[in-house]
Formats: sequence, C-alpha cells, structure tokens
Amino acid sequence: METRRVRTQILRRFLREDGLRHLILAPLAFLIVFPIAWMVLTSLKPSAETILWPPRMLPQVPTIQNYYEVFVRWPFLRFFLNSLLVSGVSTVMILLTSSSAGYAFAKIKSRWLNVVFFVFIATIIVPFESYMIPVYLLVNRLGWLDSYPGLILPFIIMAFGVFFMRQTIQAIPDELIQAARIDGCSEFAIFWRMILPLSGGPLSALAIYAFLNVWGFFTWPLIITTTQDMYTTEIGLALFQSQFFIEYGLVAAGATVTALPLLLVFFVFQRRIITAVTLTGLKGT
Amino acid sequence: MTPVFSEAAARPGRWARSFSRWRWYAPQWKYCLAVLGPVCLAYLVIRIVPIFDTAWMSLHNWSLVRPVRPFIGLDNYTKLAGDPLFRMALYNTTLFAVVTVPVTLVLAFTVAVLLDKPMRGRAENVYKFLFFLPVVPTMVPVSVVWKWIYDPSYGILNYALSFLGVPTQGWLINSKLAIWAIIAMTVWKSVGYYMVLFLVGLKDIPVDYYEAASIDGATAWQRLTQITIPLMRPMLLFNVVIATIFAYNVFAQVYVMTEGPQGSPANPVRVIVLDMYENGFRYLKMGYASAEAMVLLLIVFALTIFEFRFLRPKV
Repeated sequence: METRRVRTQILRRFLREDGLRHLILAPLAFLIVFPIAWMVLTSLKPSAETILWPPRMLPQVPTIQNYYEVFVRWPFLRFFLNSLLVSGVSTVMILLTSSSAGYAFAKIKSRWLNVVFFVFIATIIVPFESYMIPVYLLVNRLGWLDSYPGLILPFIIMAFGVFFMRQTIQAIPDELIQAARIDGCSEFAIFWRMILPLSGGPLSALAIYAFLNVWGFFTWPLIITTTQDMYTTEIGLALFQSQFFIEYGLVAAGATVTALPLLLVFFVFQRRIITAVTLTGLKGT
Repeated sequence: MTPVFSEAAARPGRWARSFSRWRWYAPQWKYCLAVLGPVCLAYLVIRIVPIFDTAWMSLHNWSLVRPVRPFIGLDNYTKLAGDPLFRMALYNTTLFAVVTVPVTLVLAFTVAVLLDKPMRGRAENVYKFLFFLPVVPTMVPVSVVWKWIYDPSYGILNYALSFLGVPTQGWLINSKLAIWAIIAMTVWKSVGYYMVLFLVGLKDIPVDYYEAASIDGATAWQRLTQITIPLMRPMLLFNVVIATIFAYNVFAQVYVMTEGPQGSPANPVRVIVLDMYENGFRYLKMGYASAEAMVLLLIVFALTIFEFRFLRPKV
C-alpha cells in the first residue's frame, strides 16, 4: 500500500512538471535517432545477419570486417582527402572574399557600391542548379573538368557570406576606423589588423557554415568528376552504394565512415556549430 | 550670362565635387579596386554571366556534341510544356515542396515551443541534441540508410508495419509511394535545423509579455496564438523562404534513393533538377536543360516574392 501511494505521487509530480512534454518528445526523439543508430548497428553485422528475417536490432556477432573491407575495396580515404581539400580551400576563399568585400560595402560610402551590393544580395536566392550549365561549360573551356580547380571554382565566393560579413562589420564603430586612418594606417592594414581580429566570432561561424555547405554539395561534383580519383565522399558513397547494394553491411559501413567525421566534429564543437547555424541560418551558396 | 551658368560657377559642380571626394578618399578607392575588383570579377564570371547565359542558351538548340547551335526562340519552352517527363518532374517537385515545407516547419515549431522552457535535469538539452543529430551528416549517407530502411525485402519499415497489419510495400519502387517515402526522409533530416532557428526566435521574446498575459488570465493556448506566433512572424517568414528554395532544389536524396546504375526514364520519382541533369548531362541537350533551369529559377523567384508579400510582419 505504502509503495503504491508513493508511486502514484511520483507519477503525479512527473505529469505535473514536464511529463506531458516527455510523452510527446520521447517517441519523436526515438524516431529521429533510430535511423542513425540503425546505420551504425548494421555496419557492425556480418553480411548474413543483415538479411535476417525478422531483422534484429543488435548484431549477434559484432564485427569490424565491413570497415576493413570498405577501405580495401573502395578508396574512401582518397575521397575523404578530396573532400577535405575542396572544402578547406573553398572555405578559406569564401572567408577572404566575404570579409574583404564585406568591409568595403560596410564602411566605404558610395552610391555605386550600394548598387553593386544590391546585385550581390539579389542573387542569394538564385539556386546554384539553375545556372550550373554555363559554369560547367566555362570549366570545360578552361580544361578543368575532373580537377581540383574545377571542383573549387564555383565555391570561391558566396553572396550570403558577403552579406553576413557586411552586417557584422557595420557594427564596428566608425570612430575606431577613422582613428586608424588619421594615424596613417592604410585600408589594407585596417582590414587585416583591425577588422579581421574584431570579427573573429562571426568569421568562425561563417567558416563552419561554408565548410559544411561545400562538404555536402552533391550536384556539382557529380557532373564535374569523371574518374574515381577525383570523387568527393558524397559522390564516392553514392556510386559505392549502387554498386554494392546487396552487401548491405558494407554499404552501412561506408555510410558510417562518410558520416562519422562530421558527427565527431559535431560532438566536439557542438555549441559553435549551433551558433553558426543560428547566425547564418541560410542554405545554398 | 544665363542664370544657370552663373549658379554653376558659384557652386562647385557635380563633377568637381565627386572628383574632390574621390581624391579625399583615394586610399579607400585603391582598396576598393584592389580587393573588391577581383571579388566582383569572380562574381561576374561565375554568377552573373552564367545566370544570363542560361537564359540565352535556353533560346537555342544547344547541344554539346553539335557545333551549330541555331536560335529557336521559345521552342524549348513550348516543348517543355508538352514534355510528359518534365510535367511529371514539375508536379513531383511541387508536391514535395507543398508537403515538406509546412510539415517540417510545423513539427519544428512544435518541438521548439516544447523545448523552450527548461526541464528537470536539463533534459531539454538532450532533446535538442538528439533532434539536431540528423542535420549533421550530409544527405548521401542518410539517404543510403533510409534506402535500406525502405527496402522491400529486408527493410525494417516493412517489418515494423507488419505488426500493424500493413502488407509489405516496395516503398521506393512503387511510383505512388516513392515520393512520400522521400518526403518523410527529408522531413526527418531537416526538422532539427529549423528547430534550432525557431528556438533562437523564441528566446528573443521577453518573458514579461507572458507574465503580463498570465496575470490578465490568458490560457496557454491564448499566449501561444496571441504572443508567440505573432512575434515569431519574421523568423517564420525567413524559414518558409529558405525551406521553399531548398525544397525546389531537391536532388541528392532522389538520386541516391531511386536512381540505380540502370537509371531509366521510368524513374519513379522525377524532380526538376534530376530531369535537368539527365537532359543536360546524359543526353547533352544543354539548351533544353537550360530552359528547365530558367523555369526553376522563375518558380523560386516568384515564390520568394509571394512569400515576402504574404508573410511580411505587420509592423
């Protein structure tokens, strides 16, 4: 009797406090997490277990054979390095172009600059897919098909980045810049020694955003790469899964290997990534 | 002698004034030329020119393999209007956008409202983390996982639904179901993203408003509809706009989940970008594909303008 009363009391308190919210959120959270858990668990199963019916959640004989085979049969390491290089160089370029142009638009007053800036932001909503054919032909004419410069070219500037950095730099007081000018500082020095260090937070947010954006880009590397050596992880995995689809443990290992670096980065920089999303909050280059 | 002339002589003319300003700010202009110049040039070459080039190409019978590219006016567009594959793509993409955008945003908003107030043991942070988890990996690996979940013979979805008495379905093979399967997967992937954005908006609403409303006897529902939703309007507009743009560009998940190595015109889910990709890069009909690109661009433009008109916060 006594324990039963205590139990109903606990239940009542649970429902009064945030039990209702848990009741709605917990099933949703389960649905959200399940596919990712399923991917990792499947990757640990030997191939006979992946086609077991009824399917089992946990691997009975966990194995890392799939991971070993993924790297042997398919050059995932190479794809990973390709992605890293393309995203890394693009991010540096985007940071440079966005912040230097953003400074000009924010602090140099001119009607003409306003017009140019307006043209920049007008193209933010233009999807890349709608003008990629001429870009492809341009890269073709330059002889950059299936090469790193070709992969990087469309990502060296980002209209949203320019807009974002202009907003950020506008918040820096004019007096500070005037003082530096009076002291004989050149505009380049002002930009390099004052503006950049003062906008470290937004710059790192833009960097995270740009990096993830380029890393996840699918259409462009799909049309521009033709040899396996140039594939990014996205393209590599997409073609890998269509080739080995029957061996599902292997495909799941490939997917895990592709997703893992980003998940790890997320675990480490959780707060920063959330800040980047909330600060930038816009998809598409 | 004329008054106009004397007035111009009395005040420095427009040209003289802008010239003196130009000289005054010479270091800034040097910076502009040196830094903004290359950026603008790059921008011109890889954004502005390609956009106009696409429009120009769409008016030509432009094939990668033929050197002669005659001007054919709007023929590509009239052909598109009668192309059953393109019409199917347009229909599917629109269906995808019309369902994905509201469902994702309503779900994300609900979750954000539920997570806005702290819970016992900081459980709200655990939920935020879990809901954001699918946003982190890119589209291809998660599409691969979902392809396996939807698998007709070994997929766990069929197994789970068998307990509810639902017969086995070929989720990605059946042309009626496939688009819905992709919609569900996309909603799953993007709820966390919009949740985070909504949470930021919710945090900006002053607590005083809710307290004042409570004192006046407002119910939780009234507080939601009278305070939260009106004040969230700008954030809502922003999210609707980006979600729509994103939805009309749907491609990676469709390509991975339905396009086999033997990708055929009988593809169960045809979307605009996929159709464009096939016409342009498989059949090399670049002029035709450019016309499709222009249609995509015009749709996105029109929808964005419409959404701004319709959802703009009333100040």
